[in-house]
Amino acid sequence: MRLLFLLLWRNNFTLLFVILESFCIFLLVQNNKFQHASVLNATNNGVAKVMEGVSYVTDYIHLRDNNLILANENATLRNALKQSQFVNDSNVVMIRDTISKQLYSYTTAKVVNNSVSMRNNYLTLNKGSLDGIQPRNGVITSSGVIGTVQQVSDHYCTVMSLLHTKSKLSAKLKKSNFFGSLVWDGENPREVLLKEIDKTVPVQKGDTVVTTGFSKRFPENVMIGVVSEAQLNPGSNFHSIKVRLSTRFDNLSYVYIVQNLMRDEQQALEDSTLSTNEE
Amino acid sequence: MILDILRIFLRFVVLITIQVLLLNNVQLGGIINPFLYVMFLLTLPIQVPRLLLLLIGLVTGLSVDMFQNTMGMHASACLVLCFFRPTWLKMIAPRDGYETDAVPGIRKFGLQWFAAYSIVLIILHHFVLFYIELFRFSEFFTTFLRVILSSIVTLLLIIITQYLITKPADRNA
Repeated sequence: MRLLFLLLWRNNFTLLFVILESFCIFLLVQNNKFQHASVLNATNNGVAKVMEGVSYVTDYIHLRDNNLILANENATLRNALKQSQFVNDSNVVMIRDTISKQLYSYTTAKVVNNSVSMRNNYLTLNKGSLDGIQPRNGVITSSGVIGTVQQVSDHYCTVMSLLHTKSKLSAKLKKSNFFGSLVWDGENPREVLLKEIDKTVPVQKGDTVVTTGFSKRFPENVMIGVVSEAQLNPGSNFHSIKVRLSTRFDNLSYVYIVQNLMRDEQQALEDSTLSTNEE
Repeated sequence: MILDILRIFLRFVVLITIQVLLLNNVQLGGIINPFLYVMFLLTLPIQVPRLLLLLIGLVTGLSVDMFQNTMGMHASACLVLCFFRPTWLKMIAPRDGYETDAVPGIRKFGLQWFAAYSIVLIILHHFVLFYIELFRFSEFFTTFLRVILSSIVTLLLIIITQYLITKPADRNA
């Protein structure tokens, strides 16, 4: 230690020079914008490289949360869409605020169980009656229709997939508006059949098939898929149409549950109409 | 002694004033900045203690910096000059050494010695100054040209000033 001090004292001139010079550089960097920025940049480059590496890893850790946030945001945006609102386009004079009354509401749900390989496929979602989910709610993704809610527990619901031999959905050709019903023959999880389209209706490969809204489960014009094969069998009054689904059922993660807020009203009206006429 | 210190202080004030009020506004051809105030550090008495020399250099540099708004730039250049001055003086010392009260000057040591003594320290000072101002490695050679040209102009100015302010008989100033 004494030697060190001795050494320093011997070189007091150099030492003082170094101290003062450092002081000057400090002043320089502190007070001059360009030099300040240069030093900051130089030190930041190294730091930034490290931080980039760290965030590359942590981004993956947060991916799950971020997906959830994005999916929720999508649901909010869908709620705000014109399409999901009850548009009163009859020429009633009473205006009030019926024009933007909510008709469909969307809830995000995560697929916790899924199958595509059986003849009757079901999905399980992590939303239940506590979230307001009811049986016969529709389930869709941004790319197309998934199925219909069947049973609901407090926190979960099961969904009858479109890929179910008992599933039946009203669908129409977007171009010509003719509607038929959509069923699955249990063979190819990427294809369903569109039936009851009259043979006089022109159908071409590539025509878009969308929902009708008759089922009261889905909004109108939700994408289902495109016609991949259209045949006219001799002796039949109907086309035999194969529809290639726009959604892949085997990699679903987040879906939207659609609730028709006026379904009960519509259903009650239709039921009472039927019963009066059958008396 | 007191008179000497007073004279040195007066020279300090005059040179700094000329530098900040006049010469800082001179930019010959856009690349040449003469820094006459360096003469103050060059013509300090040889017997000034080295540590004191560093402090004087710091104060001189900071004074110019304050007016130029370039805090620390001139100060670090002056410090480098003051750091190498004693070594350089020793290297170019006359055969029989310096007199105790000698002051580096053109009348006493002659033009050739004074030019050799000054140009090295001036280039050193300007080199540090310009490169600290630049603070990057691009435009390296343009800046080097600036260093050399500015040094030559500064040297010329200092020599002219030396002839102007010292009387032929006065071999001490």
